[in-house]
Amino acid sequence: MTTLTAPPRPKSVAPVPARRGPRKYGKALTYVALTAGAIPTLLPFVWLLRSALMQDSQMFIAPPQWIPDPFQWSNFTEALTAQPFGRYFVNTVVIAVVSVVGTVLTCSIAAFSFSRLRWRGRNVVFALLLSGVMLPYAVTLIPTFVMWQELGALDTILPLTVPSWFAGAGGGVFNVFLLRQFFLTIPFELDEAAYIDGASPWRVYWTIVMPLSKPAIIVVTIFTFIGTWNDFLGPLLYLNSEENYTLSLGLASFQSIYITQWGYLMAASAAVIAPIIALFFFLQRYFIEGVTLTGIKN
Amino acid sequence: MAALSGQRRLERRWGLLMALPAILGFVIFTAGPMVASLVFSLSDWKVGGSLEYAGLDNYARLGGDDLFWQSLGSTTYYTLGAVPLVMIVSFAVAMLLNQKVRGLAVWRTVFYLPTLVPAIANVVLWIWIFNPDFGLLNSLLRQGGLPGGMWIYGESTAIPSLIIMSTWGFGNTMVIFLAGLQGVPRHLYEAVSIDGGGPWHRFWHVTLPMMTPTIFYNLVVGVIGTFQVFNQAYVMTEGGPNNATLFYVYYLFRKAFRESEMGYASALAWVLFMIIMVVTFLMFRNARRWVYYEMAGAR
Repeated sequence: MTTLTAPPRPKSVAPVPARRGPRKYGKALTYVALTAGAIPTLLPFVWLLRSALMQDSQMFIAPPQWIPDPFQWSNFTEALTAQPFGRYFVNTVVIAVVSVVGTVLTCSIAAFSFSRLRWRGRNVVFALLLSGVMLPYAVTLIPTFVMWQELGALDTILPLTVPSWFAGAGGGVFNVFLLRQFFLTIPFELDEAAYIDGASPWRVYWTIVMPLSKPAIIVVTIFTFIGTWNDFLGPLLYLNSEENYTLSLGLASFQSIYITQWGYLMAASAAVIAPIIALFFFLQRYFIEGVTLTGIKN
Repeated sequence: MAALSGQRRLERRWGLLMALPAILGFVIFTAGPMVASLVFSLSDWKVGGSLEYAGLDNYARLGGDDLFWQSLGSTTYYTLGAVPLVMIVSFAVAMLLNQKVRGLAVWRTVFYLPTLVPAIANVVLWIWIFNPDFGLLNSLLRQGGLPGGMWIYGESTAIPSLIIMSTWGFGNTMVIFLAGLQGVPRHLYEAVSIDGGGPWHRFWHVTLPMMTPTIFYNLVVGVIGTFQVFNQAYVMTEGGPNNATLFYVYYLFRKAFRESEMGYASALAWVLFMIIMVVTFLMFRNARRWVYYEMAGAR
């Protein structure tokens, strides 16, 4: 995280001692303000966990209770077995993994072509592809749905995964852009040396550019994974039978059935949130880098 | 020279081949559906019926469709509330975190955490927070001796409630602001200090002008994204109460997939496209007046 921390101020700047007083107050004020912001940010999480572990009878006491007594762990087991959440989890993982592999492979291949191979019309084609990012998803929604319907692919994972194998078609083009920007920073001498040794472009892509682009690939992986994991409209449109549901779809249907069973609902929500939060803590550095990258490169 | 032209040929052949998945993807999943959608919007196609040319009938019908205007109004209201609020909160927190605070990584994680919550889990959690009887907000209000509200269940409070909810997810915007703030050259601040300028001068004459490109980016992305809000209307409110939260894309979804009016829904989609194009165009044109680029064209 050192890259994001501001460099220390040179000690020689004169006015510092004179301002020690107000600056100290300012610092304290900063922490007060941050804490004041952190409380409402964290409160919903506390509310979620507290409700997930509470008996209904205790949940409806006023003023609100904060510590579950007893800890109702059975909320989790009962909620997660009331509907086949294990199945939903597997479905979601399958869709996410197939999408991530497709996106990373085809987007990086395209990015390699657009950044390191010279061919006529390259920049025009690239600009055209990028313009697709501007298109609201609502415009392509209906014809795409009709297309999958005609192909008899409704209620399969195809509509949710195949686009990612075409360089993440639609909004996924952004990944091509991101990877291309990264590829442009790798010295071109490496390619030239390899070509002199008789390497093919594929070999240059696979053995030189890809191994040097791990940070960018991890960023694309994380964001594609999260995007697929969180997607709701896609599964809602394309998956009908319960055994094919994803976690998001399963949770929505669970919510509509157990509409007042707050303990179950919060337990199920917590279980859906947990994997993403865990992923974040493992890959924190890349998350922040990724968000930063997406913001700054524009 | 022969070797070079061989290399050129190699690159041309492989270049096209490797760009092919992306090009096909664009044709199949973007350009094709876009044209198809335009064709649908000019037809009176309903599922099960035949596709017949109807000219601009669908578009003409929009003018007299109260729900269309209602959805446009609700979505605009939501966007005008949510985008500025998220931007202001994000900017303020990013400014605080840019004060060389201790434990920056921890603070940043805290504020980023809500953005990680999957959309539907987020919606389910907030249904419970907004619950008028035993939800978090009304519980706290009553404990403080205040009357509770109806939140998403009240016609006039539904959209403000959803705006509050959207503010919870300000983390992404904040991280982008923070990166922008850390990119402001320090010598500019030092120049203001040497000239005897205080914190306000530093903010007004250095931070704000240098941050305008980042602010502009977050504004454009925020407006385009927020205008296409869907999940909250679908799961939380079903467009209600009394169509107060009938958001545009939700209305489109209902027309297309509940009422099977594919032609009419496609016209809705194209009108949305036009609105987003015009708004984006206006934002870009207006940007010249207030966005400051240190090196024009460098980005």
